[in-house]
Amino acid sequence: MSLILVFVDNDRGSFSPTGPEALTPAQSLADHLGARLEVATVGEAGRTALEQLGLPGHVVSHPILSDYAPEAYGEALAQLADHVGASVMMAAGDDRGAEVMAHAATVLDRPLVANVTEIVTAEETGATWEMMRTRWGGSLAEKTRLRSSRKLLTIAPHTFPAPGPGANPPRPADIFPPELPEHLARTRVVERIRLTEGLTLATAPVVVSGGRGVGSAENFAILEELAELLGGVVGCSRVATNNGWRPHSDQVGQTGTRIAPDLYIACGISGAVQHWVGCMASQQILAINTDPEAPLVTKADYAVIGDLHEVLAAVIAEIRAGKP
Amino acid sequence: MNILVCVKRVPAPGARIVLTDDGQDIDTRHLGFTTSPHEECAVEAAVQLTEKHGGSVTVLTLGPPEAVEQLRYSVSVGAHRVVLAPAPTTEWDPEATAAALVEAIGQLESDSPFDLILFGNESADSGGYQVGIRVARALGRPVINGLKGIEINGGEMVGRRETEEGYEVYRLPLPAVAGAKEGITLPRYPTLPGRLKSRRATIEETPVHLTPGAQEMVRLLNPVEEQTETIILGHGAEAAPGVVRLLEKVGLL
Ligand SMILES: Cc1cc2nc3c(=O)[nH]c(=O)nc-3n(C[C@H](O)[C@H](O)[C@H](O)COP(=O)(O)OP(=O)(O)OC[C@H]3O[C@@H](n4cnc5c(N)ncnc54)[C@H](O)[C@@H]3O)c2cc1C
Ligand SMILES: Nc1ncnc2c1ncn2[C@@H]1O[C@H](COP(=O)(O)O)[C@@H](O)[C@H]1O
Repeated sequence: MSLILVFVDNDRGSFSPTGPEALTPAQSLADHLGARLEVATVGEAGRTALEQLGLPGHVVSHPILSDYAPEAYGEALAQLADHVGASVMMAAGDDRGAEVMAHAATVLDRPLVANVTEIVTAEETGATWEMMRTRWGGSLAEKTRLRSSRKLLTIAPHTFPAPGPGANPPRPADIFPPELPEHLARTRVVERIRLTEGLTLATAPVVVSGGRGVGSAENFAILEELAELLGGVVGCSRVATNNGWRPHSDQVGQTGTRIAPDLYIACGISGAVQHWVGCMASQQILAINTDPEAPLVTKADYAVIGDLHEVLAAVIAEIRAGKP
Repeated sequence: MNILVCVKRVPAPGARIVLTDDGQDIDTRHLGFTTSPHEECAVEAAVQLTEKHGGSVTVLTLGPPEAVEQLRYSVSVGAHRVVLAPAPTTEWDPEATAAALVEAIGQLESDSPFDLILFGNESADSGGYQVGIRVARALGRPVINGLKGIEINGGEMVGRRETEEGYEVYRLPLPAVAGAKEGITLPRYPTLPGRLKSRRATIEETPVHLTPGAQEMVRLLNPVEEQTETIILGHGAEAAPGVVRLLEKVGLL
């Protein structure tokens, strides 16, 4: 029977938010192929979380793996894949999943298909498969063909739901001790710097975002004011970042942050695809733009046509007037 | 401090990605070309490191003759030496791309290795998230992806990587390899003297072998997007009451 091995990363004991998502397509694939599904995480700290998944599991354990160390993680997982005879290996395509799988694929001398959204044809594990994957951060889909007897894939984040808690009763996981050369400790985390921030772009319920139409760094004050009134944060487009009006940590989009707030208020942003992929998961979108034909206006749920400075000033006045 | 940066020429689509009829490519007839913002920031980070520590920045691209445009741009923002590894397209799978870059790097490093090789965290178009890691492992050098901060301290590269709670710090012995994310630094705009210099810059060429890998693009497809009926809340300041009602409906007021 063939074996599908899923790597779920844990950071000091907790799975990453998107990590377990890869288990959902892996389980469907295992059912379809009649394959066995096993899971792995690195470091004893992740044992409890792994055992809660209730699947045959391996805790990869070695002194070098005391903290995140992508070179060593990739080497160790490649050894585990050989040890259990995995013909398919999967992980979430988040920062760590993508990085560790790239290392494992290189060690195993195999191709790696990144950000898979669907496995279209998979008759048996050894055959040629066709899959759908994303390009351009999700703006474009690609049908891809993979010819390899051993298949490594990452799953595009936010494509599949993670399995619900308690899907299977917990079961003990075994220990896998890889053999690692000492020098692989060279890429291990050496220090953490905590930034005590309250709301972040990724978690705020409302994001008031500005683009070229805002015009200057100072002009963002009115967006700050509205964000504060609504209990949200300020976001921006790449033009605002590139002009030095906002820090890159505010940027929404393909090379910025992907967000899914209850409401996204896009002020003076045209809606290029690279921006859209960052905000399209928002529950509601309100665009404020002088141009009724701007792509973001036509894609938004709500729009106000007009100068953003006038509109925001009026909205803030209206809110303040309504407050006792 | 000698630094190599690898960049990839990609089209710059605007509001919509239009495909050719056969679905094999983006219709680029009306598009400009660029590199990923991650790579643009990698070039800037490299230039800043050499401004501080001395040395030079080399930029390498694997692609068609037109990719010279991206090489010239990098000269206009401070790169010293630019190299084209000629290839009919950029559409090679990550294994093939990495192998060709390793070959090109081997030729460029005949004297001594680069202290640092920088990549983008992922390419803008095909986004395989792996070429830099494959190259580093082939060269036997340490590599870390996703850096939002980079410094050189003695014989080490100190990298910062963003996490949900702040930053992680890594220290890699040189020579090292890293993948940069946009935001690692703010790229400069080309100056007039920079542009003039870029026009005169010599483009070196280093021939490489390319063999198609095991991963093959069958076709590209536009993802289905749900059509939304946009509700216009009004024009200018008069729209304020409508906006406030929306804010109340969403539960923000
Ligand atoms: C590989 C790649 C990755 C990228 N990643 C990102 C990314 O992560 N995030 C991102 O944002 N971009 C990204 N971009 C850039 C993107 O392509 C666009 O260039 C950018 O999003 C445009 O920003 P903008 O909408 O602010 O500016 P513009 O496109 O210039 O639009 C300005 C808008 O403001 C409106 N306007 C002007 N004045 C006013 C006013 N007074 N009141 C109201 N409206 C007004 C105009 O009508 C227009 O619609 C990327 C590009 C590439 C090639
Ligand atoms: N054709 C290319 N020429 C030069 N560098 C490339 C090329 N393709 C990819 N790269 C580099 O490898 C990084 C990662 O690419 P990828 O694995 O495709 O996401 C990119 O950000 C570039 O720095």
